[in-house]
Amino acid sequence: MRKNECIAMLLAGGEGRRLGVLTKDLAKPAVPFGGKYRIIDFTLSNCVHSGIETVGVLTQYQPLVLTQHLGIGSPWGLDRREGGMHVLPPYVRQKGGTWYKGTANAIYQNLGFIESYDPEYVLIISGDHIYKMNYDLLLDAHKKNNADATIAVISVPWADASRFGILSVDEDGRVVEFAEKPKNPTSNLASMGVYMFTWSVLKEALIRDEADRQSSNDFGKDVIPTLLADGARLFSYQFSDYWKDVGTIDSLWEANMDLLEERPSLQLNDRSWRIFTASPNQPAQYVAPTARVQGSLINEGCVVEGAVNRSVLFNGAQVGEGSLVEDSILMPGAIVGKNAKIIRAIVGEGAVVGDGCRVGSVDAAEIAVVGSGETIRLPEELKEAEPV
Amino acid sequence: MKLPLTGVINLIHEADEMEALTANRCLATVPFGGRYRLIDFVLSSMVNSGIPKVAVFAHRKFRSLMDHLGSGANWDLHRKQSGLFVLPPSMEDQTDFGKGDLYHFYRHRDYFARSASDHVVIARSHMVCNVDFAKVLDQHRESGADITVVCKQTPEGTPGLARKARVDETGRIVEMQDHFGRLDSDIVSMEMYVLGKELLLDLVETSLAQGRDHFVRHSVLSRLNQLRVHAYMHEGVLGVVNNIAAYYRHSMELLQPEVWRELFFKPSAIYTKVKDEPPTHYRSGADVTHSLIANGCDIEGTVTGSILFRGVKVAKGAVVRNSIVMQNGVIGENGALDSCILDKDVEIRPQTQLRGSSEVPFIALKRKVI
Repeated sequence: MRKNECIAMLLAGGEGRRLGVLTKDLAKPAVPFGGKYRIIDFTLSNCVHSGIETVGVLTQYQPLVLTQHLGIGSPWGLDRREGGMHVLPPYVRQKGGTWYKGTANAIYQNLGFIESYDPEYVLIISGDHIYKMNYDLLLDAHKKNNADATIAVISVPWADASRFGILSVDEDGRVVEFAEKPKNPTSNLASMGVYMFTWSVLKEALIRDEADRQSSNDFGKDVIPTLLADGARLFSYQFSDYWKDVGTIDSLWEANMDLLEERPSLQLNDRSWRIFTASPNQPAQYVAPTARVQGSLINEGCVVEGAVNRSVLFNGAQVGEGSLVEDSILMPGAIVGKNAKIIRAIVGEGAVVGDGCRVGSVDAAEIAVVGSGETIRLPEELKEAEPV
Repeated sequence: MKLPLTGVINLIHEADEMEALTANRCLATVPFGGRYRLIDFVLSSMVNSGIPKVAVFAHRKFRSLMDHLGSGANWDLHRKQSGLFVLPPSMEDQTDFGKGDLYHFYRHRDYFARSASDHVVIARSHMVCNVDFAKVLDQHRESGADITVVCKQTPEGTPGLARKARVDETGRIVEMQDHFGRLDSDIVSMEMYVLGKELLLDLVETSLAQGRDHFVRHSVLSRLNQLRVHAYMHEGVLGVVNNIAAYYRHSMELLQPEVWRELFFKPSAIYTKVKDEPPTHYRSGADVTHSLIANGCDIEGTVTGSILFRGVKVAKGAVVRNSIVMQNGVIGENGALDSCILDKDVEIRPQTQLRGSSEVPFIALKRKVI
């Protein structure tokens, strides 16, 4: 077998509770993003472009849609004879089995998988974030510093710092302090949840963490602080491009809207760093004579007969005549009838908004959400009413 | 479910008057409908019908064909057993290249011999349609015909080059002529022939023994009296696309929503090579109406009555009317196109205006900078 210098373990079991109805039936990494993709596509594509071709994907919560999407990794070119992508759900052993108790425990339960590839380095990432990153540069920095672990960090606004794992570093980039969601942050360098470990160090740390009954078996809460306390060589790696945690309805909506800027900070149309995904294989989109489309992203299979303004339409979405879709996201197969108005809203996969209905409004504080597969219709007596 | 039918897409001596569009590619790989190649329609139809094994008899200029088909995975034909077979000419010497399709079938007769199905469908690549071959095979068996030809009634005629057939009240084809024939009939042949495998192999051998090597002319047309050749009438959309007039007209027909829905969804989807382009970006100021737009486009100008393939850029102030712009085309600022067909990778410089007509569209060769 060819030697794998570095393999990746991708944590994809998250529930994404704050995404509400959008993650009722699917894991957060499988939530649609950017008119065509699912969130996990970004990290998987990053791996491939960074030359990492062995990826273990750890699944747990609502895995059906996610595993269907992943298949055997073909959309990312990860269906390989050696290595490639492996889906790793929790499993049962002779003495019983447990769910993945935390991020560190999920890796611990798959020590055997990593051992079978005998890598020098292990990259720990999660399928919850939107960014394009070359992990090979992270590995270079890790090697140069002769580090035990290197944590990718990004500068966040000070006001937001208490929502993240915050690192304080010295002038060489070595981590001197790590605080998970600190009340009074001493730095604004946030951990991106991207860790490069020297495998021998990680293995030992995981075994120790598992033996510690007090531990919650989490990288940010337990493994990293313990390594730091023990004086391990922990370094930071500063990342300065676009990175977004899309864990809430608002941030998911915002991240989609970010793509609509004249010069988006996350460029999807980048031939050197394509984001791969499972193709829905639909025909070219049809824009009718009555349509008006401005400042929007529209995917294949869509039929647009109404007005679409600053919105993202996933494959197979339809907008009927006389309707207005503004500052909104229509997920795959979402159908908007005639003379309807969708403003500042997310319409879930396969949802139907009937003729004349209104969803969301310009001055609403919150983004309106229509759950996947839901149908909204006007009461019969309103059907004949004036178009909105 | 598997259909006991073996597929053949016959690219040998296809009638091709596509001018510049086939200068460096075969008819089968002419781009069509924003993201497809002509061969995708018949190939997808075969797969959707349950045909487990398809051979493409390649002949000329097949680099783009090999690139497009690859392992067949995009059509779900990358299989442990059966799947896609691309069969280029197998020649003793160079003169064999010019020989007819029967000769090439003969050289590759193992393909037929090794297939488990007892029926074969021989089709061409340039029929834009969505056909269920299971229904064709059903009718073939019920009618007891020796050969069943898929046909389409076209009251308005077809600009493409197609054979015409005269069909009697029992459905039997009593006369069939090449496209230049004078037969007065509105029934055109879709050049899809369903017949028993044994009959095909017999026709191959006997025709070749008589020094004849053209399947349709020598094995079918000259035997209309001896063999029961029946027509299967296709109800769906059809475009016979082998000249520019037909290419332009049938492309523009896709802008009718009912044609779009029928061709691409009924009875099943049409597959093509996946390109991983992002969704199309309509910028503020874009004005797009009555058009078919593929992924990966970046539109700031005006597009109407047109088809944009994947990755086309339309800059600010540019106007694209009644035109077809293939993959990665760039229309510079204030450029204007009317009734044009731009092959792949064509760049229209800023301020440039080009104009053709619907009868004679302006055609720009691949990679031209105008």
